[in-house]
Amino acid sequence: MDSQYIDHAMVLAGILFCLGLVGVMVRRNLLFMMISIEVMLNAAGLAFIAAGSAWGQPEGQIMFLAVITLGAAEVAVGLGLTLLLFRHHNSVNVDQLNQLRG
Amino acid sequence: MQQLWLIPCLPLVGFLLLVLGHGRCSRSVARLVGVGSVAMAGLVTLWVALDFYSAGAAQSYQVQLWPWFNAGTLEVSFGLYLDGLSLSMLFVITGVGSLIHWYASGYMWQDPDYQRFFAYMNLFVAAMLTLVLADNLVLLFLGWEGVGLCSFLLIGFWHQDPANGYAARKAFVVTRVGDTAFAIGLFLLFRELGTLDLPTIMALAPEQFVMGANRPTLIAALLLAGAVGKSAQLPLHTWLPDAMAGPTPVSALIHAATMVTAGVYLIARTHEVFLQAPDVLLVVALIGLFTLLISGFTALNQTDIKRVLAYSTMSQIGYMFFALGVGAWNESVFHLMTHALFKALLFMTAGSIILAMHHEQDIRSMGGLRRQLPVPFWCFVIGSACLVALPPTSGFFSKEAILIASWQLPGYGPWLWLGGVLGAFITAMYSFRLLFMVFFGPQKAHPHEPKGWQFHPPLMILGALSLVAGWFVLPTATVLPASPAGHPPTWTIVVAIAMPLLGIGIAYKVYVRHQWQGLRFVQWQKLRQFLFQGWGFDGMYKRLLLTPFTTLAQVNRNDMIDGLPKLLIQLSRFLHGLFSQLQNGQLRFYIATLASAAIIVLALALKVL
Repeated sequence: MDSQYIDHAMVLAGILFCLGLVGVMVRRNLLFMMISIEVMLNAAGLAFIAAGSAWGQPEGQIMFLAVITLGAAEVAVGLGLTLLLFRHHNSVNVDQLNQLRG
Repeated sequence: MQQLWLIPCLPLVGFLLLVLGHGRCSRSVARLVGVGSVAMAGLVTLWVALDFYSAGAAQSYQVQLWPWFNAGTLEVSFGLYLDGLSLSMLFVITGVGSLIHWYASGYMWQDPDYQRFFAYMNLFVAAMLTLVLADNLVLLFLGWEGVGLCSFLLIGFWHQDPANGYAARKAFVVTRVGDTAFAIGLFLLFRELGTLDLPTIMALAPEQFVMGANRPTLIAALLLAGAVGKSAQLPLHTWLPDAMAGPTPVSALIHAATMVTAGVYLIARTHEVFLQAPDVLLVVALIGLFTLLISGFTALNQTDIKRVLAYSTMSQIGYMFFALGVGAWNESVFHLMTHALFKALLFMTAGSIILAMHHEQDIRSMGGLRRQLPVPFWCFVIGSACLVALPPTSGFFSKEAILIASWQLPGYGPWLWLGGVLGAFITAMYSFRLLFMVFFGPQKAHPHEPKGWQFHPPLMILGALSLVAGWFVLPTATVLPASPAGHPPTWTIVVAIAMPLLGIGIAYKVYVRHQWQGLRFVQWQKLRQFLFQGWGFDGMYKRLLLTPFTTLAQVNRNDMIDGLPKLLIQLSRFLHGLFSQLQNGQLRFYIATLASAAIIVLALALKVL
């Protein structure tokens, strides 16, 4: 990939990241929040790939592999927790899970 | 002389036995220990006195028991010192003390706290004996505080009534004012002379001090303040009338015969210091004179039999101070001895009357008790005759000697004499007012006289002693300087004898014949109230000291110094409240905060880079 496209790729990654962040902040459903986190992770991965391609370095792709692994682990733990929460509270609404307030 | 240590130890052992066996020993055992220990001390005193006289009266003995503490050049030991002055005091304390203990064993028999009473009384006697036998001023101070403590405990003996507790606290605090001055005086004395050993002080004081200079004057004034507090003289006298809240034998022993004369003893003991401060000696005489006049007038208006006697005690101790001030040292101690006898007699008789009247102390509800209570009546007559100095009772010899000595004083002498004679007149008025109101006139009550071997014999012995004590010769002449020599004009002696008779005559007219009613009570209501309340000293102290103090305490109720730490507490509480708002449990709020904080940090980082 030409280094001239890096700007576009970076803008796209930024937009995706912001979308993910807004999704995490505004959604009440725990499942959708996890999907949004996945979007943010992939935005970061896209930025790594673009940067690695622009400078002709392999580390960008290595980092992306690490991000995918991280995402998979996060989903595994997150989905397990979500399932338990749903069993306990019969809901996946984070606004109702506020019993740890100070 | 080796048995000297037994004298203060015997009552102390009695105290320890009673305290350790509290609640377990029976009344008869408590009586045996309480009265027996003091009587034994009296017998040992006789033994010591025999040794003392057989060895020649012009001697003094110092017995070192064991060291107490050493600090720098100050070496304080438990040491006893016996000379004519302390021997005279020993006689008064153990002799009168045994009789009062004997009487108290009957007087307090019904009291549930019989054992506690005798424990306190024995501790008091032990402390008082330590005071008079001490060979250094620190040990004397220990005894001094010990008697103060026992006085406090015994005034508040019936502590179930809060008024008694208040009286006890008042006595403690007021005398503490004098004691503080006394302690400062001791420090100064140590700084000037480098020792607190009494014989050494007596030897060093005339050499080291310049007569009339600032240092001896200051030291003597501070010692005087201590004596004034303990002996209930102006201006620290307000505690004594309230101290009558204690049981009557306590009033007889502590607040008439022994403890209140400790101030006189202190001044006589340190007379070499006072001789170097003639100004202070004049103040001593004036304090005595004013106290005897003021308390005499107050006694004339009291209605409680014990308060009359309390003011009378203040007035007679005023005579002792007066005598010390005019240089009649021996006469002062002689009056101390005779006063201890007849005032103990009067108080114990008053105790019998109070018991017979079922704890009624108001003399207005007594009257005509002459026939029902013949023994107390005659004892009271003897006591009053001694008190007003009728010849040939003991009071006559002592008071007459004081008045003669006061006339001899160059300069102010005749004026002081005039005050003393006026005091004798008032003494006669109030004593016989009391006698007439209690024993004469129409009968108003039906007394039941306490009888038995604990009531009449001590009274009779004391009565006989009061009559003949005028012929006793105290061995103080070798210790204390002689009074000014010379003979006053004969008319002064005639006047001094006539004045009490005149006072008795007026009292007879007013209180028996009910003539001259204008004199009965002072007619002007406010003045009467003023005299009744002891010249408003209590009110003055309340306004000058108590009210400002309590107001200040009220204002500073929420301690101002605490404000700063409290402000810190308030601040951290406020911040805690503020930040705990952030922990609201809303996950999405946390994320939003996290994100915005990250943005801010990133923005700052970018700006810096």
